[in-house]
Amino acid sequence: MKLEMRDQPGQLVAALKPISAVGGNIIAVIHQRETSTPAETLDVQIVLELPEGRLPNLLELFRAQGINVVRIGEERLLYECTLIMIGHLMHTDLSDTVDRIDRTGSAEVTELSLVMPAIDTPSSARITIRSTTRAEMKKAMRILRAVAKQKDLLIIEPLEDA
Amino acid sequence: MRIAILGFGSVGRGIARVLLAKDLGIAVTGLADSKSGIIDAGGIDLAAALARKEGGGPCGNPGVSPADVVAKAKYDVLVEVTPTNVETGEPALGHIREALRRHKHVVTSNKGPIALDYPGLRALAEANGVLLKYEATVCGAIPLIHAMQEGLAGNTISRLYGVFNGTCNYILTRMAAEGLTYEQALAEARELGYAEADPTYDVEGIDAGIKLVILANTILDLSTTLDDVERTGITLLSPEALQLAEDQDCTIRLIGEIIPDAGVLRVSPRIIPKTHPLVVEGTLNAVTVEADLAGDLTFIGKGAGSTETASAVIGDLLYIRERYVKGS
Ligand SMILES: NC(=O)c1ccc[n+]([C@@H]2O[C@H](COP(=O)([O-])OP(=O)(O)OC[C@H]3O[C@@H](n4cnc5c(N)ncnc54)[C@H](OP(=O)(O)O)[C@@H]3O)[C@@H](O)[C@H]2O)c1
Repeated sequence: MKLEMRDQPGQLVAALKPISAVGGNIIAVIHQRETSTPAETLDVQIVLELPEGRLPNLLELFRAQGINVVRIGEERLLYECTLIMIGHLMHTDLSDTVDRIDRTGSAEVTELSLVMPAIDTPSSARITIRSTTRAEMKKAMRILRAVAKQKDLLIIEPLEDA
Repeated sequence: MRIAILGFGSVGRGIARVLLAKDLGIAVTGLADSKSGIIDAGGIDLAAALARKEGGGPCGNPGVSPADVVAKAKYDVLVEVTPTNVETGEPALGHIREALRRHKHVVTSNKGPIALDYPGLRALAEANGVLLKYEATVCGAIPLIHAMQEGLAGNTISRLYGVFNGTCNYILTRMAAEGLTYEQALAEARELGYAEADPTYDVEGIDAGIKLVILANTILDLSTTLDDVERTGITLLSPEALQLAEDQDCTIRLIGEIIPDAGVLRVSPRIIPKTHPLVVEGTLNAVTVEADLAGDLTFIGKGAGSTETASAVIGDLLYIRERYVKGS
């Protein structure tokens, strides 16, 4: 996210405090004085990791500090689950299988490796699904299980949840 | 202490050999296989019985039935080690009930009766002032039941999961190590005596499922049947799937899992990091128990085998003798 704050000693530290207060983790801080901004303000870009649902909290704390949030960047997908599917993946329209997950809008298939040993024998694929929240991941898994049942595919899930 | 043994196959003979090899103070006064029996209050000559059986004959007298042994022999503990029937539990269930009614303790390695009617058998045992022990029914040599009932007695178990079937574990180990197909690995397991001629019971996850039912019903206070276990076997696994797992430093194992609060009771192939403690080789079994006080505990050991299973049965017998059988 991109923040705008008064260019005064201690301001940056004050801005970082609320992040740890909500249980967040700072990955990078980039600040530069841009010519376009008024001389007395400082632009800071922060890349951070936040526990689910804490963003509104953090914004609240920033506001209380008089820090202006200029822009919130893309929320990255933090939950990841890799599983293996076995069956007639092509005959049962693999792109539709992937699509059903992507269509949720909150989880998506980000990687897929497919092995097709021979015509008419079942193929195997490893797919990685990413989502923003655990709940969305659970939902994606539910969808995938239903699709697998319908298309007669075997799904091998990881031992531990995402 | 005097015992009667029903079943003189791999487990029954394993017990007999241990009793011959070690001076445990246990005399066998009744013995039966499917077609014969012996009753001898003075103590059966086990070496002779083993020799007869290994020579291909019956262990005893064709005129003596298993039911005769249960009803007429003079024993303190009935050792029931006949084949598992997952649908009815019979004839073992009837024999166990009869022994309990006669105020005899029972030790069994047979999953059928325990999975089907543990509450009934336990009530019957209590009403008659005797014990019913079944350590050998789950994970052979691993004293899992004892650990959970005694050592972890004050704990709440939030999750229990692991490798409960050595046959499947052997097949998956070989598929991963050598790139074998399921059929090739199964053929190899059969040749080595790790898989039955009809492997359905193992490879479809029925055996693992029934072990989950036993743990759920006897230790976790649940009331489940085999039908409650969500079950997927290993028959459709491909060498390519194992390779795809391998590419990520993982492998695939058949995992049985119980999460009591979430109502999860399932047996299915799962992707698991190769460094995970449950990734054991060959026919080994491995179980992790998540307990609130003790934390995570993982048990690894032989889940089957003549002597290994006898170990569990003997452990139960000595437990009973320590506490219940006077003057022996
Ligand atoms: N083997 C293991 O490693 C292992 C591990 C854990 C639990 N178990 C369980 O332990 C039990 C015994 O296994 P096992 O491997 O020893 O089996 P097994 O080798 O097939 O031997 C079964 C024995 O039971 C006898 N039998 C069959 N029906 C009987 C009946 N109605 N009355 C009396 N005897 C009868 C058989 O008689 P015949 O000799 O005349 O055929 C045989 O001697 C099974 O329930 C099994 O699931 C086995």
